[in-house]
Amino acid sequence: MYRTPEGKDIFVVDGHTHFWDGSPENQKNIHGKQFIECFYAYHTGLSPKDQLWEKSKFEKYSADDLYRDLFIDGPDDVAIVQSTYLRDFYKNGFNTIERNAEVAKRYPERFIVNGAFDPRDGEKALEYIHFLKETYDVKGVKMYTAEWNGASKGWKLTDPDAYKCFELCDKLGIRNIHVHKGPTIIPLSKDAFDVHDVDHAATDFQGLNWIVEHCGLPRLDDFCWIATQETNVYGGLAVALPFIHARPRYFGEVIAELLFWLGPEKILFGSDYAIWTPRWLVEKFWAYQIPEDIAAERGVQLTNEIKEKILGLNAARLYNIDIEAKKKALASSPFSIAAE
Amino acid sequence: MATASISDGREKELWRRLGEVNDPELDEPVTEMGFVERAQVKGDGGVDVDFRLPTYWCSPNFAFLMLDGVRKALDQLSWSPAYCVKLHDHMFADEVNRGLEAGKTFGDIFAELADDQDLGALRETFRMKAFKRRQEAVLRGLKAHGLTAWEILGMGLPAYDVARFEPGEAARQKPRYRAALLERFPSRRADDPVFVTWDGQQVSPTGLPAYLGELRAVRINMEFNGGLCRGLKHTRYKELGVVDGEPTLVDFILDRVPDRAAPTA
Repeated sequence: MYRTPEGKDIFVVDGHTHFWDGSPENQKNIHGKQFIECFYAYHTGLSPKDQLWEKSKFEKYSADDLYRDLFIDGPDDVAIVQSTYLRDFYKNGFNTIERNAEVAKRYPERFIVNGAFDPRDGEKALEYIHFLKETYDVKGVKMYTAEWNGASKGWKLTDPDAYKCFELCDKLGIRNIHVHKGPTIIPLSKDAFDVHDVDHAATDFQGLNWIVEHCGLPRLDDFCWIATQETNVYGGLAVALPFIHARPRYFGEVIAELLFWLGPEKILFGSDYAIWTPRWLVEKFWAYQIPEDIAAERGVQLTNEIKEKILGLNAARLYNIDIEAKKKALASSPFSIAAE
Repeated sequence: MATASISDGREKELWRRLGEVNDPELDEPVTEMGFVERAQVKGDGGVDVDFRLPTYWCSPNFAFLMLDGVRKALDQLSWSPAYCVKLHDHMFADEVNRGLEAGKTFGDIFAELADDQDLGALRETFRMKAFKRRQEAVLRGLKAHGLTAWEILGMGLPAYDVARFEPGEAARQKPRYRAALLERFPSRRADDPVFVTWDGQQVSPTGLPAYLGELRAVRINMEFNGGLCRGLKHTRYKELGVVDGEPTLVDFILDRVPDRAAPTA
């Protein structure tokens, strides 16, 4: 819960968090080392100075760190914890559903654990989706289309194997498909983070919600165009939001575009923990105003009412969270953190 | 002394040439982005250039375009030196460096790594983005000066050249837009409108706000990469500057971490 300076309580759903192990012990090769270093560079590049972590903690943090940063020091009420395997880079996977489920067990009210699958695994992927539903009752999955898999350096949401997987998700009621469409990482001849495949998949699977993490940046215009056409496409603010500190005017231009094209109902807050921690992000977001000239040009405002939607109400709707019931449940399950 | 001044002059020429190479995606000189880690004229006149991008993952095709730009810049040096360009800490550094040592052209190395990508088409895309970004900065500068859409869109090159801006983005981009315009439309007449679309179409005064919105979208994408790249580059240098292992939180707090490329964004 975030209490505003005016004393209002805001319900916060953090749409994008991780519990990873990027430690040297888990790195399979140079790619694993460089991948976590790249994340660390994002962390140090865009965080306020007083929020910086040591590299070793960043590589592998504890469950207690996670609880504290999200729910005790941080304002999150509920966190959606995503799974990303990167098995070609990490021996035991980068952030696996097993690890996520373990951390969620202690405070089940606090977490929504999402799975992940790789359509290139064919039949095995379908079996695995059944397993995810039966074992973890997942409500959502995270798709990482640039993940390496043997000779393949990426895939598209429109691949026939992917469509089979989404058909199954639809059937099993796994409704929320988070898709990483963000900064260029490994595009060689084809850009695996190109957003256009979302357009087709969203049209063909109307029953699924497509949450485009990082809003397709740096392809914001393509994303906005698609999200405007498709009623079931949403934008996740992870990576876009930290610019609020380093380059506030730039963030104003991004959020103005999103509000103009998508409207306030389809934008979701996400800290991308542990790249960034939610407390400073939420505090700065609540205090933020779009610079006047930008707001006037696009005819949009970032009101408190809209901020409240972005911070929690929109995600609560997608994940069927009954906010009043959830508040009661959280009030009756206090935290205990191991002594330092 | 004479040798010293020759080598000083050559060093200056080298950096000036390198400063003409742009990061195609960001439309910023690679020297300003801090990508040229070292550029040196040796005693025998030979040139060494060490090139380092913000992340291990930086898109290989952008790396190729920049290195190709560096090669062309070095080919223009007045004393025609032998040169050695090295790409550091990139996922394809080994392939690129081996290829260069074996005397292969960038085109050949690139073709091996990126089968179907058309370098020419990619260059054209980036030229278009740079054109639009520079144009937007000048358009917004003129608007801020109180010029009407009619005045701006009726402007020919003579009027453009006498326009003056306070130091800032518009002032910085004004000569760069001029260069992009002349490169794009070499046979344009001096009094043709300066502000036309990439396809050479006139913009109608009533359509200017929508057109500016379109240009802004291009810039938002480019600046996202720029902001991230500057942040990442900054971090990477910091890490490299620390001899005894990784910097710790304490190092950051006490500002003990070398700070060679402060982000300007």
